[in-house]
Amino acid sequence: MSQRIPEDEVDKEQRARRDVAVDKLTAHRGMATWGERLVPLGEFRQAAQGYGRQLDAAARQQQEANFLEPQADGVRVEGPFSKIAVFGGVYNNSYALEALLEDARRRGAEAVYCLGDFGGFGPHPEKVWPLLRQGEVRCIQGNYEASLSSGREDCNCGYADPRDNHFAKISYDYTATRCSPEYKRWMGTHPLRRRVRVGDHELLLVHGSPRQINEFLFASAASTPYLEVLLNEERCDGMLCTHSGLHWHRRLPSGRHAVNVGVIGRPANDGATHVWYSLLTDGGAAGLSVELAPLVYDHQSLAQDMRDEDLPQEFVETILTGWWTTCLEILPAKERARSKF
Amino acid sequence: MVAAEGQRQELTAASPRVALRSLDTLWFQVAGTLCNLACSHCFISCSPTNRTHEHMSLEQVRTYLEEGVRLGVKEYYFTGGEPFLNPQMEEILEAALACGPATVLSNGLLLDVERCRRLKALSEASDYSLDLRISLDGYDAESNDPIRGEGTFERILKGAVNAEEAGLTPVMTVTEVLQENATQQGRQRFLALLEARGIARPRLKILPVFQLGAEAERSGAYAEWQRLASTDEGEDGPGAESWEHLQCSSCRMVTDQGVWVCPILINEPTGRMGERLTDTLDSFPLDHPACWTCHVHGVSCKT
Repeated sequence: MSQRIPEDEVDKEQRARRDVAVDKLTAHRGMATWGERLVPLGEFRQAAQGYGRQLDAAARQQQEANFLEPQADGVRVEGPFSKIAVFGGVYNNSYALEALLEDARRRGAEAVYCLGDFGGFGPHPEKVWPLLRQGEVRCIQGNYEASLSSGREDCNCGYADPRDNHFAKISYDYTATRCSPEYKRWMGTHPLRRRVRVGDHELLLVHGSPRQINEFLFASAASTPYLEVLLNEERCDGMLCTHSGLHWHRRLPSGRHAVNVGVIGRPANDGATHVWYSLLTDGGAAGLSVELAPLVYDHQSLAQDMRDEDLPQEFVETILTGWWTTCLEILPAKERARSKF
Repeated sequence: MVAAEGQRQELTAASPRVALRSLDTLWFQVAGTLCNLACSHCFISCSPTNRTHEHMSLEQVRTYLEEGVRLGVKEYYFTGGEPFLNPQMEEILEAALACGPATVLSNGLLLDVERCRRLKALSEASDYSLDLRISLDGYDAESNDPIRGEGTFERILKGAVNAEEAGLTPVMTVTEVLQENATQQGRQRFLALLEARGIARPRLKILPVFQLGAEAERSGAYAEWQRLASTDEGEDGPGAESWEHLQCSSCRMVTDQGVWVCPILINEPTGRMGERLTDTLDSFPLDHPACWTCHVHGVSCKT
């Protein structure tokens, strides 16, 4: 191994390496890569122009219209109400759910909606169930309910990073082993979407997005044109979702609304311990009013229960500090830059 | 055009087709195949002399952004080659960030302090996120440089640190070209390296390699069996509806030569679908072996 290589051999080796590098850097003079072959540039370009279509203006217009055509989902419209409360992401947090039901009643909500993810993260999953029933909460399924009721082995949260998935699995396994078969069956009885009228405004309620149960809609990563097209496709005046864990509201140029109602299961990664839900009120001539409402609850008791259940210290820290310690990799740059971790 | 399509029919008759469910992600090959590096695993063999696809101009990009807005694009991705070789790149980003969130895939070599400051200003002027992805292939010069080029390890990290210090929280992209990269240990080593360099909240994305272009020369091309057949099933069962886990069900790639089905197949003339986005809203045959990699490994070029 330690045999000394003669100097001229070293030079030769270096020269050979440099030659290879130069070959690589200059191989394409006048040539193009076609699959695994080098061909004259003109040949590639001519071949490429032979594939694909170039439609005339009328055909393009037709294609675009077909592509963007609204789809009727046949879902019955509930209401009308003059005020509703909407929340998502309970994450086994029965303390926050109790506080929410009380707050929504006090503030005059005529109906209360939950956009899914009853379980995950927190302790004692079964405690949430009677509260949802007694509170007459109108639910849709989140990815948690869809997974638990169908016996899926993972939460289908949609994370792409191993660290995010590691903690997601701890939450899911904890919840899955502590939910009774009856509760899981009940989860599966809820629809995947609902429509509700507040005043004259028809609102579509989904978990992730109208297209995908586990799509993350973050404020800085959901373009306004995308939201306008979604609302056109769904023929509604507003779209309400959750799943990403961060609340936001955007009044679109068309006057319609896109709302992420946030989650009540854990704080919004802003250094405060309260959680968030949404109130939607018909304002008559003033239109629909959307309020993102902070909700204070007994987070100390929740943290104690989590410790008693041996849930990860990372989760407890989030409840006590308001900063996320997990599921951070999915955040877009702006939301990540505002994070502590 | 008719003859080419005719030859193709035979090749593709046995392949399943993927429908474009919605156009969520629009990619731009903004620097063409021109790069200041010539990495040994580059699936489109980018180099300083590869003009298969050329730089796109701001005006070209604008045309497609306008179409993207009408079609409801959710997010924009910019790649090359090295995007920051394009002299109009920052104006292009400014135009994109007016329409939606943007992600740039860079090799980090041109991320000097001044540019990072300007990028941060662009990002702050928009409500949308500007995400920066920087490619690295090893934990040290010894493992990285044979792949990306001599001296690149330190230069890449310098770019990453500049981006971090400007507040751009870059995502480091690592391929599985070194097998250890795909393991938990490999990940930890990367994270430790980034933290040691002062990147406080390191972000990492690990990608499989495509046996195309320079990578095919390095590790061997696809075998005959590595193709999708119409009998293969997508996640939810057979048929065109079942390929929604493939990114081509929700993306298109624009280059100076037109619109391609996805970022992977731009060196295949058959991957070209049309001139404008509205020409490319139909289904596409999954007849290339790279489609097999996407299906089997669940690849998404997105972050």
